[in-house]
Amino acid sequence: MARIDVSIETDDKPAPPADHPNTCPGCASHYREDELELALWVCAQCGHHFPMRARTRIARLADVGSFAEDAADLHSEDPLGFFDLRPYAERLAEAEMSTGLAEAMLIGQAAIGGRGCELAVMDFSFMGGSMGSVVGEKLSRACDLAAERAVPLVAVTSSGGARMQEGILSLMQLPKTVCAVEDLHDAGQALIVVMAHPTTAGVLASFASLGDVLLAEPGALIAFTGPRVVQQTTREKLPDDFGLAEQNLRFGHLDAIVPRSEQRETLARLLRLFDAPE
Amino acid sequence: MPPSEHELRLRERLSRLRSVPLLGGARLSGDIERLQRQLDRIGQEPTHEEIWLQVELARHPERPYTLDYVDRLLDDWFELHGDRGRGDDGAMVTGLGKLDGRTVALVGQQKGRDIQERTRRQFGMPYPEGYRKAIRVLEVADRHSLPVISIVDTPGAYPGVAAEQHGQGGAIAASQAAMARVRVPTVACVIGEGGSGGAVAIALADRVLMQEHAIYSVISPEGCAAILWRDAGEAKKAAAAFKPDAAHCLELGVVDAIVPEPPGGAHADHEEAARLLGEALRETLDELVEVPGDELRRRRRARFRSLGVFA
Repeated sequence: MARIDVSIETDDKPAPPADHPNTCPGCASHYREDELELALWVCAQCGHHFPMRARTRIARLADVGSFAEDAADLHSEDPLGFFDLRPYAERLAEAEMSTGLAEAMLIGQAAIGGRGCELAVMDFSFMGGSMGSVVGEKLSRACDLAAERAVPLVAVTSSGGARMQEGILSLMQLPKTVCAVEDLHDAGQALIVVMAHPTTAGVLASFASLGDVLLAEPGALIAFTGPRVVQQTTREKLPDDFGLAEQNLRFGHLDAIVPRSEQRETLARLLRLFDAPE
Repeated sequence: MPPSEHELRLRERLSRLRSVPLLGGARLSGDIERLQRQLDRIGQEPTHEEIWLQVELARHPERPYTLDYVDRLLDDWFELHGDRGRGDDGAMVTGLGKLDGRTVALVGQQKGRDIQERTRRQFGMPYPEGYRKAIRVLEVADRHSLPVISIVDTPGAYPGVAAEQHGQGGAIAASQAAMARVRVPTVACVIGEGGSGGAVAIALADRVLMQEHAIYSVISPEGCAAILWRDAGEAKKAAAAFKPDAAHCLELGVVDAIVPEPPGGAHADHEEAARLLGEALRETLDELVEVPGDELRRRRRARFRSLGVFA
């Protein structure tokens, strides 16, 4: 891609392109990858939270060496032989290659601040974090494993919703994960949810909303219907902070907004409050 | 001569359909011939046009809506209004009535017949208030051991600013959770459009039925086309790709049985459509009331937790 020099000051270095993934959409500061990595992928200037990969997130949340992945071998199938502009099977293969993940969610046992928990972490870079059969099954198993090990489940969500390419079966992952959380709750264990950008549609309308405690990252879009569709369908004028974590907090849909730098400590405290085993 | 490839496919599909427990002797439909004809049609993998016809029938403006069935099937109907918090949502109706002398609770989306009613009922798209009303009535049913009938007919949950501010996603999740918790028999039937989360919110039932010409889908064909084809005009292609018709939903194990409609579709004969639906509901409830509440709930959750295809 050609670089376009947008600098107007007497800077002789060309500014990085505005759509570069390491350019902050909040304040246009530009970072090297290692700088962002050190800063938990948060802009040092304005506090914007960049997308964070699932493995990085786990490495920064869980106690060193405590994470042991579960159900790593689950792979999606193509029940409908779905074909839009490209076959679903091809999109899956491409997502696997580009992310190094088998699916849009990782689950496993972990400890945070010395307290045991089961972790379920979504990765938006795998087909928009969409929930198909494998994500539903992993969340469902994470609930069972948490119940079995008598630890709370901590879920970090980042998803555009159900995976359309699996048709009605992707919609069925909503009731499936709801039933799994109900079973977890009946087993006496807690669900703590951290909603990252974006947590929308099918994921918000199922397990993500059923947490005993709901946390969100600053600026995350948390909506059943996103702003573009609301605008197109209803022609309503949208408030500036439509669907953002801050608005959700104000309307009573969240317990707290927790910046990334404080999430580890907050989760450790909640695990202590729910008497997670040491 | 060896059977053709598509004859083999048809046979395989038939045998799979026959193994669906509720369809055992086709007691539910009482008419295996019709089912067979239906299957013969789908045996030849339906064309885009045929799937689109199902979408059009499901949205037919003369198709019976929830209250049309209530009028014909329930005695002593008493509508329950309001979510006890914020308002009364016209897109969701709830109430108590007698089905063959047995008191049942009913929840269901309701579309409007004329423009005033459509506006008042938001074209059958509930706000969170609608789902909270349903939850409240589910709790009444659970408290008094009343079976629940859930009638699904919505393009989707209302996609507006106020709906979001009132917690649409959370309300849909909570409504499913309420359905996963009750210890009474529950039967859901998709009678028109089963649109996405707004539909599944009230469809987490012991038995899920679907009328012959209803559709059940993760997203509207237009929405899917707009996202994947970047052109809402490609809705026919999208519908063909995600197969929202009853036969495919049955095949995937998403619904337990197909409820037949009068020839031409439910819009052609409301009385007969109601009679057929009533028969299916009655028969399903007769079977479910025999099962203890805890066991119903355990099986219900196990059923939904088994849905999905992966390796």
